[in-house]
Amino acid sequence: MKLQKNTLLALYSVLEFAADPTRHIAAAVIAEKYGVSQHHLAKVLSELARAGVVESVRGVGGGYRFAGNLKRMTLMDIIRLFEPEGLGTEAAPTPSGTTPVDLALDAVLSEIDQFARATFSSITLATMLGLMQRQGKKR
Amino acid sequence: MAVRPVRRGDLDQVIALDATVTGLEKQNYWRAVYRRYGGGQHEQKHFLVAVAGRRIVGFLIGEVRDWEFGSPPCGWVFAIDVLPQMRQAGIGTQLLQAVCTLFRREGVRKVRTMLSRDNTLILSFFRSQGMMAGALIPLEMDLE
Repeated sequence: MKLQKNTLLALYSVLEFAADPTRHIAAAVIAEKYGVSQHHLAKVLSELARAGVVESVRGVGGGYRFAGNLKRMTLMDIIRLFEPEGLGTEAAPTPSGTTPVDLALDAVLSEIDQFARATFSSITLATMLGLMQRQGKKR
Repeated sequence: MAVRPVRRGDLDQVIALDATVTGLEKQNYWRAVYRRYGGGQHEQKHFLVAVAGRRIVGFLIGEVRDWEFGSPPCGWVFAIDVLPQMRQAGIGTQLLQAVCTLFRREGVRKVRTMLSRDNTLILSFFRSQGMMAGALIPLEMDLE
């Protein structure tokens, strides 16, 4: 399964902001941390701001901060903003023929896609931050 | 807020809470559930309520279940709900922790649940408690 680059960047950014909703972070800091151009990141942050996930903070030391509900916003809420056509996963059903093999494969791929959606839809940002903390302790 | 085994006098409030959430008042169902799980008197079966003052603000039902296919017994949670206006206050967490404490005492080391993948609210709750997809995969088919 593969998420598109912008989707991943959006998830990285949102989780950076969500880790401390009171703190605003300059886009340059996130761009440097994840090795992407500020120009590229600006497009992602602008989309997140348009959706109300983050809000921009103007002035010296400005940037963005989290503006959503940590316990209600899910990974799917973010993914949906950047992949409106579907998950963009390798498992997503592709236009196929009508042979029995095609139809059977579609059914299998659709099952995988539905589970992926359910998983992304059930993991809130708060849960994800907890998971990250636990994974960090394991390393 | 306290968590304790359900009492017969709580049932009307439990039924009303369930009806608030599901839109269905299931008197007979809940009385049958009470007979099977209620009163704190059935071994390895737990029907817990969260009480604030005299008000029932949440409930949870679970039991220890034996499993086939070589899997050891586990704790199984099959109902949980909290009054909508009382959510995000840790009530569900207290209910789940209480039943997990009981499960541990009864010797099981894993707790499971199963619900519709469309039920993202409750799925999110269980995820927030640290639950992840397990090694068992639910399968089903239509019987024609």
